[in-house]
Amino acid sequence: MSAAGLTSRNTETIERALDIKGRSLWVDARRRLMKNRAAVVSIVLLATIALFAVFVPLVWPYSYDAIDYGNILCAPSWWPDRSVSCFAGGHHIFGTEQNGRDLFIRVLYGARISLAVGLVATMVSLLIGVGYGAIAGFVGGKLDELMMRFVDVLYALPYIFLVIILMVVFNQNFFLLFVAIGAVEWLTMARIVRGQTLSIKEKEFVEAARAAGVGTLTNIRRHIIPNILGPVVVYVTLTIPTVILSESFLSFLGLGIRDPLTSWGVLISDGAAHMETAPWMLLFPAAIMAITLFCFNFIGDGLRDALDPKDR
Amino acid sequence: MLSYAIRRVLGAIPTLLIIITLVFFMMRIAPGGPFDAQRHLPPEIENNIKAAYHLDKPLWQQYGLYMGNLARGDFGPSFKNHDFSVNELIADGLPVSAKLGISAILISIVFGIALGTVAALNQNDWVDHGVMGIAMIGITIPSFVTAPILMLAFGIYGLHLFGIDLFLPAGGWNGGALANMILPVTVLALPQIAIIARLVRGSMVEVLRSNYVRTARAKGLPSYTVVYRHALRAALLPVVSYLGPAVAGLLTGSLIVETIFGIPGIGRYFVEGAINRDYTLVMGVVIYYAAFVILLNLAADILYAVMDPRVRFQ
Amino acid sequence: MDRKASAPIFEIRNLDVRFDTPDGQVHAVKNLTLSVSEGECLGVVGESGSGKSQLFLGALGLLTSNGTATGSVKYRGQEILDLAERQLNKVRGSKITMIFQDPLTALTPHLSIGAQVIEALRTHQTVPYAEAEKRCLEILDLVRIPEARSRMKQYPHELSGGMRQRVMIAMATVCGPDLLIADEPTTALDVTVQAQILDIMRDLQKELKTAVVMVSHDMGVIAGIADRMQVMRDGSVVEAGLVDEIFYNPKHDYTKALLDAMPRIDRPARPGHESLRPLSTIGADQQLLDVEDLKVYYPVRTGGFPFAKTKPLRAVDGVSFTLRQGETLGIVGESGCGKSTLARAVMKLVERSDGVVVWCGRDLNDVGTDELRRLRKDFQIVFQDPLASLDPRMTIGESIAEPLVSLRPELSRERVREDVRAMMNRVGLEPGWINRYPHEFSGGQNQRVGIARAMIVRPKLIVCDEAVSALDVSIQSQIVDLILKLQSEFGMSMIFISHDLSVVRQVAHRVMVLYLGRIVELADRNAIYEDPRHPYTKALIAAVPLPDPKAERGKSHVSLLGDLPSPLDTRAQLNFLKSKMIDDPDAEQYRPQLVEVTTGHFVAEHDAR
Repeated sequence: MSAAGLTSRNTETIERALDIKGRSLWVDARRRLMKNRAAVVSIVLLATIALFAVFVPLVWPYSYDAIDYGNILCAPSWWPDRSVSCFAGGHHIFGTEQNGRDLFIRVLYGARISLAVGLVATMVSLLIGVGYGAIAGFVGGKLDELMMRFVDVLYALPYIFLVIILMVVFNQNFFLLFVAIGAVEWLTMARIVRGQTLSIKEKEFVEAARAAGVGTLTNIRRHIIPNILGPVVVYVTLTIPTVILSESFLSFLGLGIRDPLTSWGVLISDGAAHMETAPWMLLFPAAIMAITLFCFNFIGDGLRDALDPKDR
Repeated sequence: MLSYAIRRVLGAIPTLLIIITLVFFMMRIAPGGPFDAQRHLPPEIENNIKAAYHLDKPLWQQYGLYMGNLARGDFGPSFKNHDFSVNELIADGLPVSAKLGISAILISIVFGIALGTVAALNQNDWVDHGVMGIAMIGITIPSFVTAPILMLAFGIYGLHLFGIDLFLPAGGWNGGALANMILPVTVLALPQIAIIARLVRGSMVEVLRSNYVRTARAKGLPSYTVVYRHALRAALLPVVSYLGPAVAGLLTGSLIVETIFGIPGIGRYFVEGAINRDYTLVMGVVIYYAAFVILLNLAADILYAVMDPRVRFQ
Repeated sequence: MDRKASAPIFEIRNLDVRFDTPDGQVHAVKNLTLSVSEGECLGVVGESGSGKSQLFLGALGLLTSNGTATGSVKYRGQEILDLAERQLNKVRGSKITMIFQDPLTALTPHLSIGAQVIEALRTHQTVPYAEAEKRCLEILDLVRIPEARSRMKQYPHELSGGMRQRVMIAMATVCGPDLLIADEPTTALDVTVQAQILDIMRDLQKELKTAVVMVSHDMGVIAGIADRMQVMRDGSVVEAGLVDEIFYNPKHDYTKALLDAMPRIDRPARPGHESLRPLSTIGADQQLLDVEDLKVYYPVRTGGFPFAKTKPLRAVDGVSFTLRQGETLGIVGESGCGKSTLARAVMKLVERSDGVVVWCGRDLNDVGTDELRRLRKDFQIVFQDPLASLDPRMTIGESIAEPLVSLRPELSRERVREDVRAMMNRVGLEPGWINRYPHEFSGGQNQRVGIARAMIVRPKLIVCDEAVSALDVSIQSQIVDLILKLQSEFGMSMIFISHDLSVVRQVAHRVMVLYLGRIVELADRNAIYEDPRHPYTKALIAAVPLPDPKAERGKSHVSLLGDLPSPLDTRAQLNFLKSKMIDDPDAEQYRPQLVEVTTGHFVAEHDAR
């Protein structure tokens, strides 16, 4: 390589080293999120619950389906009222339920199932909704009208009926539960994605890309999708608690998760039935579920504030 | 304005028809029939029963027969409760559910708006955080948890307040007596109050920052005029939009509430009918509810247009 | 305008306005002192961030919840800063009133305009409703709203921008205030409408003897209406005094720079700045672009249920022109005249409904998608809003590189980066900023990014669509210099679209005036400004405020009355040729033809005045 070539390579390297690293919008948003104390605490709590749900059952002495008729409806080991505590050897920190099964492990299993339902159903709705909404929004015109009309029709159907019918029709198939709930939530997701797509489509930088010779598909991939991610992420975070609640309603009606598997909804509805004699049966699952839902809500609100600050 | 309303009504009719068709075929396609759970009958009797209910004809014909009857207002007989027709069952249960539902909606709207407005006017104050905190609780705790808790507190133990023991009936309808209605309506209304309060607060905070509220202040208008005359109407628009889905939420809740409190409304019929494959009953309930939701969405849209002149001139 | 110095009725002393933002505290107004006397007009000039609006919002207690104002504000000797709400409301809206910039968002959308004006009156004066209605009609007449009685029941969104601003003025004057504070009242309005509003304000001031504070970034507006003025920068006053003093004898450097940067419609070039390179006579026959009878129509649904009619919105209604190599064509007009649509149709970003566009001999109608993509290398566009035209998720380096990457895919990544850096240097950006994001830069810097992006493929034609309209005056001046410099370096042709005739004068060789999608006048730069023939062109030029107080005062301002016409009404095109108009809004009308009055100077047919 000639001396001139070497010099220009060096200059380039120096230039590159001097390049200032930009502060992308995502980095900005993350910084803002971290300043939001409620959101940070929620993230930590949620992670803790998830970790417990995954790992603790591996080491816990009791199994979630270990029936013990000698120890039914007894109180947690630290409960002040000794007359209802469990018999010798029982180390049930949440007490037991009506079949003598350890409540703590069941709450953790319930966490697994409820969180799984929440995540999977939301993902289902995300996949369908984003695709549907983006196409309707970007193509526009008659296709958009038709697609949205379809959504409007489905929207008018009281969704709980649809889910109940689906569950009854397909006999409480476990996987179908995910699909059924997700298939109902995608409607709102599609609407939101379509709305966002429409507003981004009108922005000048999309037109600028067209003037720069960028093809339609590349345009969507490069410009539209990254810019709609923000509101979509917020909405996803706020949909998960809704799904968990829906599953709990179904379980209460007897149409959700079946024994011996359990979810928070099942635990809470059982707990409500035994509220007078064994209040811990209602207390612990309800508290854990409430905390989880709170966390999701705070994180969702935090994300919304972080991604779309008003005082920019 | 009138043309807008007419267009919307006409548009709603095909929606209703599609829903009816959808549910009809979904129910029939499901495995199991209405008479499976009963004692095993000799074949000829079984066939006779099936013929009487038209279950032996091809699906398309059943559909046609059903729609024909529907046009005359006849929902058919209940497959499970042989002594009653669906019309009679619905006539019994609908007024009950309606009374419950409408009371809950009205209370939700009034309290939700009041709380949301108070929170917005004291933005970031302890009042704001307090109200929004309670609202958060209202949203995350399901009604089948609050119902038994309230039942225990008021119905069985009785709450001791201000020197009196407050007792409320722990269940039963008693022809819609006020005492019986308090608990179920409260359980139904709580989550809706929470959601509406949050909506109103968010919307009101934004409206209070808008340019026209600034103009109103610059005109020297007293605070309450600025809020009630200028800000409130715009801030309530998202609530009006929410009314449609809100009713759906109320319907969901009413299934639970009717079951827990033992209230003879049509929500219970739906669940039983779905489980027992009582086709006609399920259809009947679905049609009423769907029509109700569509009508309410329509009313919400029209109300929106009344409140926001910009939408009228489409 | 020569008023004796009278006692001040409004005095601000040591005012500080601060805001608490998530990024720290912002000190918007720093220790400011000013006063306004009875019946005088004070002008407050400054660019964005100077604090000129926050100053008055703070003084009247109209700040957002995160702002605080400290200091002293006295009205007729009474301290009004930090006054209790109830007492403040006796002064606000009746003795001191304020009007704002954007009339659409500044009026309550769900109340009729009559209700809003009457409310302003009845809050401060006990007047029976019938009497209030009468006074409302009177004031609406005073601000020249036609058919006031029927207008009173209308909602703000049913009125045009000019009408809405008049309603705001009516609301602010109905109680006969001592002081009216106008915060950029005409910035969002078209030039001819602006002239009307300023005229109304001048008349009102004379009649009602109200003192007026006019806040604006436009020196021309101040020159035409103010007696005294203050120049603000970064929250403080840098210079204050009589208007004539400051315009003809500025002392502070900033004031001088501001006056220097302002384009003036009566001067073709600014001394000490880049000037337009004259067109060479070589290659005079080389037509780069030949547009013939271009039409762009949009179908619009009007009317209600059930018989909705579809009328064509004639955005561009038969425009023909040519463009040479190295030539800059300026296209001017007010909103709705079709200038942006025209440029986009020429570049095939928008589908044309009729007409022919010939680029370097190729008829663009015959061109397939692939060839069109290759041809895009030849014409590029710079947009109005610098922030909106850049993808916020991409670095500026990626944005600038985008045309290069898609139109010259054979180039290596290193070569592309090199080109981007070189271009950044050319447009005045540090090459080291290549990895930064648009939100980290100012409007002017982002516009340089937009220009770099347009120039990187060395196009033969650049369309500047209101490229400098969203910028502050001093930045605008720099960008205009940059554009002129680039043009003399690269020799490309330009179509410069703007509503601002003064800026167009600096940059264009020929100027085309559009009205409702048709050309009303087309001539070379000096001819059109010094010898305009069409009444619309004359009105447009007369309406532009000059930053020259003596000239402004001497001008007769308004010759065009009424609102801007609707493009859906076919009669509107014949507003200047009423003799040939058929009085039916849907009939096919005669279209005024262009007549060549002298070489190269085309004027549309019009009735003689």
